[in-house]
Amino acid sequence: MIGRYLGRRLLLGVLLLLGVTVVTFILLYLLPADPARMIAGRSATAAAVERVREQLGLNLPLYQQYLHFLGRVLHGDLGRSYMQRVDVSTLVGARIWPTLQLMLASIGFELLLGVTSGIIASLRPRQAVDRIAMVLTFVGVSAPQFVVGIMLLYVFAMYFNWFPMGGYGSPIHIVLPALSLGLLGSGWYSRVTRSEMLDVLSQDYIRTARAKGAGPWRTVMIHALRNAALPVVAMIGMDIGYFMSGVVVVESVFGWPGIGQLMWQAIQSVDAPIIMAITMVSAIAIVMGNLLADIVALFVDPRIKLR
Amino acid sequence: MVALANNVVVHLARHKVSTAAALVVLAMIVAAVFAPWLAPHGPNIQFDNGLTNSGLPVPPGRVFPLGTDLMGRDLLSRMLYGARTSLVVGLAANAVAVFIGTVLGVVAGFVRGIMGAAIMRFTDLMLAFPALILAIALAAILHPTLWIVIAVIALVNWTWVCRVVYTQTIAISEREYIEAVRSLGASPLRVVLRHLLPHLVPTVIVWGTLGIATAVQLEATLSFLGVGVQPPTPSWGNIIFENQAYFSTAPWLVLLPGIAIVVVALAFNLLGDALRDVFDPTSRSRS
Repeated sequence: MIGRYLGRRLLLGVLLLLGVTVVTFILLYLLPADPARMIAGRSATAAAVERVREQLGLNLPLYQQYLHFLGRVLHGDLGRSYMQRVDVSTLVGARIWPTLQLMLASIGFELLLGVTSGIIASLRPRQAVDRIAMVLTFVGVSAPQFVVGIMLLYVFAMYFNWFPMGGYGSPIHIVLPALSLGLLGSGWYSRVTRSEMLDVLSQDYIRTARAKGAGPWRTVMIHALRNAALPVVAMIGMDIGYFMSGVVVVESVFGWPGIGQLMWQAIQSVDAPIIMAITMVSAIAIVMGNLLADIVALFVDPRIKLR
Repeated sequence: MVALANNVVVHLARHKVSTAAALVVLAMIVAAVFAPWLAPHGPNIQFDNGLTNSGLPVPPGRVFPLGTDLMGRDLLSRMLYGARTSLVVGLAANAVAVFIGTVLGVVAGFVRGIMGAAIMRFTDLMLAFPALILAIALAAILHPTLWIVIAVIALVNWTWVCRVVYTQTIAISEREYIEAVRSLGASPLRVVLRHLLPHLVPTVIVWGTLGIATAVQLEATLSFLGVGVQPPTPSWGNIIFENQAYFSTAPWLVLLPGIAIVVVALAFNLLGDALRDVFDPTSRSRS
């Protein structure tokens, strides 16, 4: 039963991915920029531009171009960058690890800040701590990543000089960019944790645990949190899309050499193969993240119908 | 409708945080509408005394209340006019997004069948796109004008409205009174316009307000990256973009517009949340 459900979800995910490639392909096709002219160079003759166009198959109708593209992707070939004359898979591959590091560190911050503040707020509902925490979560979701990034840079890099202004390499470089992404997301985690904990804490088994003499720490951290944790895990899955968007901004602000920065460079030079590849990587991440969220939701609530 | 408005006012007045949020939104609207009268200077005038002898921006003082920017223009005036840009983009983009989302959501939820399924799968598809990347790519490649920025933000913002309106429409059209109206012979169009849409108004107002916060953030981000509102038209995002190089010598040029963006987005988010409490009393028991 679960296998069939997952199979369906996977199939849907693959269809979504195909849809994303179609839409991106059409968008890129509609662009005013002419890749053949860009590759041949400004001073190239019309005949030379035509030759490049034919070599790249850009003279074919759109649907044929798309099918060729799809065929190449299925063979693991993402094409070559228009600008850098290097295989796209090499370029993107080199950038994935830094972005993954950044994402993991940000999720770490989100969980640390969000879950902690959510638990504290849930233990004192409607009191000052709770109210302040909930307004702060709204500040978190209201601040654009670049603003948070700039503020963090000002306070911790420029004023206190505790962290570098940007760059990549040592663990200390990752703190500020990861915080820029994590501070914002922690708002959502805080709200989810709080409302789940409020639900759980009011249930009978918690009263039983307390009656049996379990200390407050044990009641909250072992008995309650374990049951409140799954929705939080599901949120990580839904968070992926937010990250993929966020890294474009944060990586530009901090000079972090990940796929976000590569994407930003590719967008500025209209380097279609790279834009296409990174859109696909992001969409894969989003679809996988949602799948993860669905799977976790299954375990949280067995009453969910397997459709 | 009057009772509804009354409820909103009472609720906003009773909760301190909501009152503050409403006041910030009001202040923003006043700043945007009356910018020409409130601003001490024109937003694009480059003053001879607007730069120090060494060519740096002037710190806040008597002539320039918030100092000047890298080209010797008055920062306060640019920020007031920037409020105008943010509000116009936020309202216009979100109005388009709410319109598209509501129409598609109602059609999908009311007609259902193949058409409904197709609309919702398309919405899923748009949600699988990293929204900001899509916006940045489109804006950068289309050479942004104010209208392109509005269109791009609307294009990535309608999906959530569509989802919410869709679920609401399904819930409402399964109620008995809709069945009753239908069996009385009302045309589908009449059912939708007279009996369904009025019940969607609260949802649309709540998501419309929350969406303005998102739109303001998106506009700021696009303008900060240089693919949003183009200088010399001031926007809080492009003020930061233009003055980044003076970050260490004149940090207020970057920090003040940054704070303005956060405060305004925060106010719209809090206001939307307060409206949700008014319209949907069940959500209040939880928070």
